[in-house]
Amino acid sequence: MKKHWLMLALGAVLGGSSLAAFTPKAPECIAPAGAGGGWDLTCRSVAQLMFDLKIVPQPFKVTNVTGAGGGVAYANVVTQRGDDANLLVAASPATTVRLAQGQFSQFTERDVRWLGAIAADYGVVAVKADAPYKTMADLVAAWKADPSKIAVGGGSAVGGQDHMKVLLLGRAAGIQPRAIKYVPFDGGGQAITSLLGGFIQVFAGDASELRGQVEGGTVRVLAVMAPRRLAAPYAGVPTAKELGYNVDWVVWRGFYVPKNMPEEAYNFWLNALRRVARSPEWAKFREQNSLGEFVSLGAEFQVFIDRQVSQFRNLSKELGIIK
Amino acid sequence: MDILQALANGFGVAFQPVNLLLVFVGCLVGTLIGVLPGIGPISGVALLVPLTFALKLPPESAIILLAGIYYGAMYGGSTTSILLNIPGETSSVVTTLDGNQMARQGRAGAALAISAWGSFIAGTLSVLALMLLGPLLAQWAIRFGPAEYFALMIFGFSTLSALAGKNMAKALLATLFGLLLSTVGQDPQSGMSRFTFGLLQLEDGMDFLVVAIGLFAVSEVLMILEDKAPPAVQATVGRVYLSLKEFVFSLGSILRSSVLGFIIGVLPGAGASIASFVAYTVEKRLLGSRARFGQGDIRGVAAPESANNAAAGGAMIPLLTLGLPGSGTTAIMLGALVSLGVTPGPQMFQQHPNVVWGLIASMYVGNAMLLLLNLPLVGLFVRLLAVPSWFLVPAVLAVSFIGVYAVNNNPFDLLLMTVFGLLGYLMRKLDFPLAPVLLGLVLGYLMEVNLRRALAISNGDVGFLFSSPIAVALWVLAALSLFAPSLLSRFVRRGALGDDEI
Repeated sequence: MKKHWLMLALGAVLGGSSLAAFTPKAPECIAPAGAGGGWDLTCRSVAQLMFDLKIVPQPFKVTNVTGAGGGVAYANVVTQRGDDANLLVAASPATTVRLAQGQFSQFTERDVRWLGAIAADYGVVAVKADAPYKTMADLVAAWKADPSKIAVGGGSAVGGQDHMKVLLLGRAAGIQPRAIKYVPFDGGGQAITSLLGGFIQVFAGDASELRGQVEGGTVRVLAVMAPRRLAAPYAGVPTAKELGYNVDWVVWRGFYVPKNMPEEAYNFWLNALRRVARSPEWAKFREQNSLGEFVSLGAEFQVFIDRQVSQFRNLSKELGIIK
Repeated sequence: MDILQALANGFGVAFQPVNLLLVFVGCLVGTLIGVLPGIGPISGVALLVPLTFALKLPPESAIILLAGIYYGAMYGGSTTSILLNIPGETSSVVTTLDGNQMARQGRAGAALAISAWGSFIAGTLSVLALMLLGPLLAQWAIRFGPAEYFALMIFGFSTLSALAGKNMAKALLATLFGLLLSTVGQDPQSGMSRFTFGLLQLEDGMDFLVVAIGLFAVSEVLMILEDKAPPAVQATVGRVYLSLKEFVFSLGSILRSSVLGFIIGVLPGAGASIASFVAYTVEKRLLGSRARFGQGDIRGVAAPESANNAAAGGAMIPLLTLGLPGSGTTAIMLGALVSLGVTPGPQMFQQHPNVVWGLIASMYVGNAMLLLLNLPLVGLFVRLLAVPSWFLVPAVLAVSFIGVYAVNNNPFDLLLMTVFGLLGYLMRKLDFPLAPVLLGLVLGYLMEVNLRRALAISNGDVGFLFSSPIAVALWVLAALSLFAPSLLSRFVRRGALGDDEI
């Protein structure tokens, strides 16, 4: 009997130690753009929560590595920190769009390992509150009649997320991508300002950017590009699919890690992210920041990314953004 | 009387001990950020946002702290501009022109003091205007579209000769070089990379701060390295403090620049740097031959320093009344507020009166604190000049390098700063002015994107650029500013116009 106990104890110790084979030391989260943006928020909120939930023993270091819409950080992680076990990097479709269009010099989506996404924002299409377009159908009718009279503004450059979602929607509505008039602004805030000033007719952006204006009643949201309706204040807005345009735009918020991160470290971070995603604190954070529920982790997320990048690549070719 | 009631409630919020402490901390940190080149208000505010989360501050306390850093930085920015000819912030680049000349003449104390007083007056006036005219001005500001911005930038360029110094041709070349630099990076209209040589680090274009530190600070070190003669700045000569006469002398410039800076600040997308450039050049134009701008005229310090503070106050208007960020710094504040559960929007005044009025009240308190904080520092900073510049300038440079690296984590920036330092050294040797390069860089980008936005919206119709009263007014101002001086001087030579009435 004694032997048995010993064996059991030994087993427990060994088993326990193999579970705890990886303990993060000086964990770091890279936000590949300046402080205050979406990636920065992703990093800081998740890092804080992992510490608060005692998943990691010490606070994260959050580093802002700016440049090239995440390209500088991407190149840095691939070439210099390829086997770092303590590094997470924030990502979103802004990352996959650029990867698909070959904007990160020679690097591709295969040069890192994708960890998971745990929240999502959604594309929205809005007009000014006093605009003549009451519904998406009104807008599409005017748009089809003369695309040159409808200026659509967004916060990203030509070929970026906001432009792509307009082109997608336009194409679903039967408008030639080349005829669509897209005006790029430095961030969604400036584009919204221009919409309120009457310089552009349509704003294409994300639900979280527009929340204050929707609550204030200065804009009318014609459609959300989400798989199902969003929570208040968007509850009354139909999805593009409901309206017969089979498109959506999911702005997932997630992470990639270095490609050669040790397997036990990868599994540790996968579990950590899962625990954050399931926590009530995360649900509260999502609600405050107008982010929807969206969880995709590990192998499933890797497949999701592969599919998304190739979709974006084909789309960019079809829409004439890349050759 | 609603406003008075609301303001009283606001002061109730601002005078809570915690919030008073936060105003003080914000102002102090802001001043430090302003003093240190290499770390600007954007990065300063951004670095403290996580702190507000970690301390679990309520939204009104958080915004009080962050705003304190923002306008506090505008106070501190002039310090190194005056003492060392190194701009502490991008909005204090023009302050170097007269500020450093004053320091060389032993009047550093007066320059620092007028900068503090100008900032205080402008800051207080802008809060007053924010309180009384906020919603009204916001409605006006959103009517500023691409065509109007383009005309505003043209007006900015028309005032260029004010920055020229002795040689107009060299100033034009320097501006063109700045314009050239502004074209580097991803072209937002086509998504194509321009002049990046395949370097990802150049995709976002040239960082204004990196170029400014390189051109001014690095080249200054090189000049000191070369120069074996004692430093030109005299620490002990002249009065340390500002005389009443000098204050009264500058008051007109302070008031005019406050109004101008405030208006430019309210416009989303213009900002404090442009406000300081425009205020300086407008003052130089207005005062004409009576002033000695560029040779240590105290009003050449008062004007930009008042304007950048007023602009910081003005920038709060679109944020608070419309929920729209007008500048990089206010965009970060917006993000912070959203994360704290306050979504700025048109209903901000009704939904969150504590946040809005608490902030407004705290800005009155903060400006008074900053004046009390900065005036005693004048004596201290002037004494810093006793430290040999071969030690002081490299030390400041080292801090700048650390600051830039800490914010962007991009070693390439340091390399770029060094390259611009060598360039700045060459330019100084060849007697080229440095400030026009920065003017070209900051105005060039905005001019280009707004022109192209305007033409995209109008389907290529150039007439759109002149289609609104605001735009036409700006075009007229630009034309006046370009041609009036030469016409006036012709009159003056003929004796038809006295030089006391313009």
